[in-house]
Amino acid sequence: MAGTLDTFPRLMLEHARVRPDHPATREKDLGIWQSWTWREVADEVRALACGLASQGFRRGMHLAIIGDNRPRLYWSMLAAQCLGGVPVPMYQDAPAVEFVYVLNDAEIVFAMVEDQEQVDKVLEARPQVPTLQRIFYDDPRGLRHYDGIVSYERLVELGRAFDREHPGFFDGEVAQGRSDDVSVMLYTSGTTGKPKGVRATHAAFLAASRGGTEFDRLDPSDSVLSYLPMAWVGDHLFSFAQWVYVGFTINCPESGDTVMTDLREIGPTYYFAPPRVFENLLTQVMIRMEDAGRLKRWIFHRFMAVARRCGAELLDGRPVGAGDRMLYAIGDLLVYGPLRNVLGMSRIRVAYTAGAAIGPDLFRFYRSIGVNLKQLYGSTETCAYCCLQPDRAVKLDTVGLPAPGVEVRIGDNGEVLVRGAMLLKEYYRRPDATAEAIDADGYFHTGDAGYFDADGHLKIIDRAKDVGALAGGAMFAPNYLENKLKFFPHIREAVAFGHGRDRVCAFINIDIGSVGNWAERRGLPYSGYTDLAAKPEVYALIRECVEQVNAELAQDPALAASQVHRFLILHKELDPDDDELTRTRKVRRGFVAEKYAVLIDALYGGKTVQHIETQVKFEDGRSGMVAADLVVADARTFGPDVAKRAA
Amino acid sequence: MSGGGRRIGEVILRLEGISLSFGGVKALSDISFDVREHEIRAIIGPNGAGKSSMLNVINGVYRPQQGTITFHGETRRDMVPHQAAMQGIARTFQNIALFKGMSVLDNIMTGRNLRMKATILEQAIHFGRARREELANRAKVEEIIDFLEIQHIRRTPVGRLPYGLMKRVELARALAAEPTLLLLDEPMAGMNVEEKQDMCRFVLDVNEQYGTTIVLIEHDMGVVMDISDRVVVLDYGRKIGDGTPDVVRANQAVIDAYLGVAH
Repeated sequence: MAGTLDTFPRLMLEHARVRPDHPATREKDLGIWQSWTWREVADEVRALACGLASQGFRRGMHLAIIGDNRPRLYWSMLAAQCLGGVPVPMYQDAPAVEFVYVLNDAEIVFAMVEDQEQVDKVLEARPQVPTLQRIFYDDPRGLRHYDGIVSYERLVELGRAFDREHPGFFDGEVAQGRSDDVSVMLYTSGTTGKPKGVRATHAAFLAASRGGTEFDRLDPSDSVLSYLPMAWVGDHLFSFAQWVYVGFTINCPESGDTVMTDLREIGPTYYFAPPRVFENLLTQVMIRMEDAGRLKRWIFHRFMAVARRCGAELLDGRPVGAGDRMLYAIGDLLVYGPLRNVLGMSRIRVAYTAGAAIGPDLFRFYRSIGVNLKQLYGSTETCAYCCLQPDRAVKLDTVGLPAPGVEVRIGDNGEVLVRGAMLLKEYYRRPDATAEAIDADGYFHTGDAGYFDADGHLKIIDRAKDVGALAGGAMFAPNYLENKLKFFPHIREAVAFGHGRDRVCAFINIDIGSVGNWAERRGLPYSGYTDLAAKPEVYALIRECVEQVNAELAQDPALAASQVHRFLILHKELDPDDDELTRTRKVRRGFVAEKYAVLIDALYGGKTVQHIETQVKFEDGRSGMVAADLVVADARTFGPDVAKRAA
Repeated sequence: MSGGGRRIGEVILRLEGISLSFGGVKALSDISFDVREHEIRAIIGPNGAGKSSMLNVINGVYRPQQGTITFHGETRRDMVPHQAAMQGIARTFQNIALFKGMSVLDNIMTGRNLRMKATILEQAIHFGRARREELANRAKVEEIIDFLEIQHIRRTPVGRLPYGLMKRVELARALAAEPTLLLLDEPMAGMNVEEKQDMCRFVLDVNEQYGTTIVLIEHDMGVVMDISDRVVVLDYGRKIGDGTPDVVRANQAVIDAYLGVAH
């Protein structure tokens, strides 16, 4: 057998040897959970790798992976790695024009594609991607009459034949793999400029997997739900690297829309989700509680108050009075336990959130009902692995301690610098960007501004380049403000302006689900987002939120000047299809400011109404216009004494 | 379901000289056209042209005063709805006709009704044959649920669904009967651009995957011209055009009646 276990393919073979009958992958298909053991996965990957080789896939080549989280796509990543190739998972919801850029940048020759929808996009992109030769697909539905593409089944068949003719080939290829080979190429979200291909080695992802595994004591009996985009570094670490390192079970949902149900059926022990997923779950619970009977509602609120008082403390192992302990135990029986069950979180030992700031109320809610939710800090360039919150020492506003094997330092300009085995090898074909990001001492410049608190926990404030100053000289951290606004369930997106200006103003996107429900309860009719966003009642609702943020800001001398003076509610939702957000839903600040310059002028020019017409792209690539007369509203701001009274 | 593939075959349904009137109102007068196996056949026309009446004649809801219907080689004066269903004709309705309080899954299961042989008693105690049938039919229904991508609403009561999804559930129920001829009454009415596009894709997929012959009524000219093999055009109960989308598009009578008179 292959010598040391320092590449993913060799680890996979080891699992097939040590725990051949342990489930490696599950997928819900036609309403029933199907599972594949490690032996079956290893066998399938072997055939798949041989199939790819028979089609001309060679060491160092890139295999594009395009689709939702499907077992066969995860296996394809392993197959490419077996041959010394590099899988390049791509964001499956991107339109064809965005495919063109990545396919060309990564010089893709082979692509493994999920279904007709994705095949159509790849074929649309193909004329502009001269390197692309072979397209393979997983789901044959609707593809019967397509020419020149090969099915997954056929590829596996070809592979088995190839394997019979070249018996030693597969093992030889796996043995050739080295831990400093590039194991995957993940594209950055491109918050600024074009996405860059981040090349990480087997060693890097294994270091991150090993560190996380030891930190949270993961073992093969663990189970995760794989439902986040495969192109995202978080999914690659939790559903791929740690999966193959530890040998636990990944579960692929039936479809993107069934995740909630699938979560409940699987009951994962280890869970990872961006804050918005936790937020959506909570919103659904709250909406359902509103509809519940009066007795249930009373019990719920009564015991949630108990949980708020002592739940998080109990989870952290801090002392709690005997009375509260008893109440909490009853609450666990009546409310928290059933609630965890409904959320699919009964078996969770460790849950992480990352990718954006999480609201303190939201975070505390999950911890108070006994879900061990923690935050981590990392980026595509660091295998999503820099800082982790340790059990029993979780602080709301920090991202935890440097993870095992990671050195974190604060640069002279306040930027967070990190060093360790998990760092990227390079940006693909961008030596300039690589040189800029990694300094002579081997530290990666994260671009985030932060500092260590008294206990050595890292606190992230904002993107370093976004931190600006108001005309008066006070610090202006737009993300910090926006996050504070977004912590309100009614606000989905916010964009704050203020750098070089005398005061802060903001764009708001309401959350159509939350505000829509609010409107329904009040019998407020509306026809769609644009209509709802313009209602004076909704403006009043949002103004309350903004003013509450202002009251909080007023208490902090460093941020008091950042209170939001004026705001408007945008007439359309910011959308990645219109380039306003990245695929990971981060606001493209510069682009938005330019596109809506006329609105910014209205905010600062003292206008109360501004007409705007905006082009929007639909999912099918067609476009249309949205026009509206936007109201600009003023919000109350507070002096320090008022703030104290309000608090 | 029946084998896939999409090679347009022989005529399976022929309507000859159909006339239908309600008292003094002539809904259809002397209409003849045919439907070939595996094709997508559209019936278009302005409001009140007799499109829905035509569909109702095909599956036996209305009884024409004149004319004959030949389905699978058998000629008769009129169809009877349950006979039509037994012979493999399924349909959806312009104003969704689902059981609002039942789940999506149960609604689609009702589409399998004709395939269930167990007695009421057997079904009530859910034993032996009833159990086996339920499992087999459920597997078929799951296949359709997967096909139409409605897994996420399997357990949702139909009444809680948005309109576009209800339409899809109705299509699912029609498909559950494993029809050879599927009648769709304005499957895309009232939908937005994206929903329409999804529905188009499903209609084409059904046609391709299962080889189902489809007769559809549709208002949206773009949709009709994109997905149909042949189009028949009605106006005031008369047939004024028949042929491929290109032929129909070029037909002056059709342009005048349906698209408006060109100047």
